[in-house]
Amino acid sequence: MSKRYSNEHEWAILEGGVASIGLSAYAVEQLGDITFVELPEIGAEASKDDSIAFIESVKAASDIYTPVGGEVVEVNEELENTPELLNEAAESTWVFKLKVSDASEFETLMDEAGYKAYIETL
Amino acid sequence: MSELKRTALFDQHVKLGAKNIGFCGWEMPVQYEGILKEHEACRNGVAIFDTSHMGEFFFEGDLLFSGINEATTVDVLKLPIGKCKYGFLLNENGGVIDDLIIYKADENRLMFVVNASRIDIDFKTIDSRLESGILVDSSNETSKLDVQGPKAKEILQEFIPFDLDELGFFSFKESEIMGSFALVSRTGYTGELGYELYVDNKIAPKLWDALVEKGAVPAGLGARDVLRLEMGYSLYGQELDEQTTPIEAGVGFFVKYDKDFVGKDALLKQKEDGAPRKSIPFTTNSKRAPRHGMDIEQNGQKIGVVTSGTFSPCVQSGIGIASVDAKLYNKDVPLELNTGRKNIEISATKLPFYNKDKK
Repeated sequence: MSKRYSNEHEWAILEGGVASIGLSAYAVEQLGDITFVELPEIGAEASKDDSIAFIESVKAASDIYTPVGGEVVEVNEELENTPELLNEAAESTWVFKLKVSDASEFETLMDEAGYKAYIETL
Repeated sequence: MSELKRTALFDQHVKLGAKNIGFCGWEMPVQYEGILKEHEACRNGVAIFDTSHMGEFFFEGDLLFSGINEATTVDVLKLPIGKCKYGFLLNENGGVIDDLIIYKADENRLMFVVNASRIDIDFKTIDSRLESGILVDSSNETSKLDVQGPKAKEILQEFIPFDLDELGFFSFKESEIMGSFALVSRTGYTGELGYELYVDNKIAPKLWDALVEKGAVPAGLGARDVLRLEMGYSLYGQELDEQTTPIEAGVGFFVKYDKDFVGKDALLKQKEDGAPRKSIPFTTNSKRAPRHGMDIEQNGQKIGVVTSGTFSPCVQSGIGIASVDAKLYNKDVPLELNTGRKNIEISATKLPFYNKDKK
């Protein structure tokens, strides 16, 4: 089970046609203390790179872009009351899950080594 | 863009791993370990802030005949020696050139503390209003360290040669710290017990290190902004600017009218006719934070904008201040915040957002 990353600092894990999407530790570190997460609606259809969720820290706000297209099938409701879970464990806290419409989109994302090299260029 | 200026404490911030940002021409720490942690330290322990970017002017001259008493809204003749007062430097239209604190050190000696971004225009404006006396800008030689929080007195006392209990709120003493001249003031921008220390740049790093060693938690401009907004304090450039009067910004109660000052006629006229804009503090009733520049709406019509907004850890809600059109605003109609994604209903409230006594 491989983990892939987008340029916009989301990660994705694909299992049986469903992708779990979260934020990279690097992105969360940049945002600082997370105070609010606006989750997408279940059933919403999104294309790759659409902004479908939203996150706020004490100092900044940021869109969450889905790294793959599909239909939202699950959202992490725990984040509504405890958004700080993202600060504690960004790489293992998923934000939403999508039934992926085109698995090849997943393949275009960076692997962990590629992402690590990418953030070093920033 | 010209190079950013650095305070005498820049190396301290780097050593502490601060995230720095450009702020009003200065490279300043926005946060060290995290805004929430720094906020918590200030509310329940003690935090230390570098606010050396702010400006300090010294005036020496006759307070009655020099023109200094008409230069700002503060009545420096009535102000007792050893006390300081918050007020405004206004233009002829009553617009705010800057908000400031004036310290009365002696019968003929004052200190002005002004915002970093306004140092040049403030100095020129005040100087142009003087008939006599000498105004000196000491901003470049002066460091300012704010020690704020319920434990501020406890850790600061050993550095101060007099008993800090002698200082009432908005009182100060000219004294000495580490063998160097220092002005110690019981003021702050956080709503907590706290002190602002005006010291020479040369001792600032040593004093900072010693206070951090004693347990003061370094806090950046990010936490400072949350703390001041929880108290409802205005920030120049957001609530206040040259097109906004203190009345419109909701801070008209700081202005007394029993002496002359530049802008007085305009303010009196506005009091009589009603101000065109009104300041409304509000909460979002959720963790969603309002942000500077977002629209405020009623019945689908834009009636104003957010001047400041943040998530408040004390209130556990988004809080903000809006500037609205006084004619369009109807207090009986629901207020909405246009977040850019959707409208959310907000509730007008009273300041301060955070009231320590009611906790």
